[in-house]
Amino acid sequence: MKNIPRKELKVSAIENGTVIDHIPSENVFQVVKMLNLKNIGSQITVGINLESKKFGKKGIVKVSDKYFEIEEINKIALVAPSATLIEIKDYEVVSKKNISIPNKIMKFVKCFNPNCITNHEKITTKFDVINEKGEEVKLHCTYCDKITKKENITFI
Amino acid sequence: MKNKSLVSINDYTKEQYQKILDLAEEFEVKTTQKILEDFVVATLFFEPSTRTRLSFESAASRLGAKVIGFTDSASTSVKKGESLKDTILTVSKYSDIIVMRHPREGSAKYASEVSPVPIINAGDGSNQHPTQTLLDLYSIRKTQGSLENKEVAFVGDLKFGRTVHSLVIALCSFNTTFHLVSPIELKLPSYIKNHIKKRNLTYHQYTDLSEVISKVDILYMTRIQRERFSDPMEYEKVKNSYILKNDMLNDSKDNLKILHPLPRVNEITEDVDSNPKAYYFQQAQNGVFVRQALLTTILGVK
Repeated sequence: MKNIPRKELKVSAIENGTVIDHIPSENVFQVVKMLNLKNIGSQITVGINLESKKFGKKGIVKVSDKYFEIEEINKIALVAPSATLIEIKDYEVVSKKNISIPNKIMKFVKCFNPNCITNHEKITTKFDVINEKGEEVKLHCTYCDKITKKENITFI
Repeated sequence: MKNKSLVSINDYTKEQYQKILDLAEEFEVKTTQKILEDFVVATLFFEPSTRTRLSFESAASRLGAKVIGFTDSASTSVKKGESLKDTILTVSKYSDIIVMRHPREGSAKYASEVSPVPIINAGDGSNQHPTQTLLDLYSIRKTQGSLENKEVAFVGDLKFGRTVHSLVIALCSFNTTFHLVSPIELKLPSYIKNHIKKRNLTYHQYTDLSEVISKVDILYMTRIQRERFSDPMEYEKVKNSYILKNDMLNDSKDNLKILHPLPRVNEITEDVDSNPKAYYFQQAQNGVFVRQALLTTILGVK
């Protein structure tokens, strides 16, 4: 990445750490919440409505001195399926991975069924992700067995 | 299966169903056996249910177990705001197994995760009622000699009836041919039909009850509730179309049996009751044997 002319970097480069790029702008704060970034002590830069050749506008999150397991990052795929996970060491990109939707989602999503027990007791929600080709992602609640469609997903 | 909770009919394999049904047969031969005298069975009914609760309590009593519990959450600490988790953790200290009915879907699954003693789901909202399914399977096997390759008709409210949904799914393991009779508004939902399709089994849909009676081995009747219709006129139009009367059974097969999860309102007229093909009260009795088989299996006595 050192070839990128500095003048194009709207958000300053980091020496070591993680960049999550290509987040839809409207979901950046959701990503920040899902990754629990408010509890990380190191320097964090959040960019929203940045210009992107691929997407028009995009969001970006840079976290210094912190590396994530891909499993930990994958959960943001629900709100940022196009996101890229970039690891930086000494200002150099050492790895670049596309995130993918995990098989299970815990905690962040509310079950769409108003009569599901998880909406009435203090219970961590659990879903199996149904990701069939050509169809929108759906979540199957481990407790009530009902399906929450993508358009009905709300975050806790 | 010892110490394993029964939350959903999908928790058991086909072989495990058969094992429970075999054991239920033993209890039918000898119903009173004092083999659970050292055990306490808790029946927690967070919403009222007559048959399921009495059937469990009868099953436990005939095995010599002590039964504790409540029949309605209104008179309990739940009313004071106690969480389900706390109720389950407390009652698990008083009992060896918990039978639970709860109005919320997924409550039994959750209870099974937090409880140190096994849970038997006696109905969680509109979700699952596996012991009803087991007694239905028992009734079909007993009256037809086996569960394989039967022609089974489901009649009435196929959209909302969890009893119908669970039994359809369970019967998909036994090469059943399904005859689905309902008003258009109350057709079997596609997510249940998908189970039939996945197994490449045959199903037929009807709106007229008289069309299927002569074709089937089992006629599984259900109640159509007025409140299921958004338009009251629609209810008025169909309410009398799904009533079984004795003279409709003239051309039926000799081995036909009529099942109904009960309570019945008017969907089977009383003149059917004395017909030897009526089986719904024996079906209710079979619930005791099946629940005896479950209690003893899960408690590790059988």
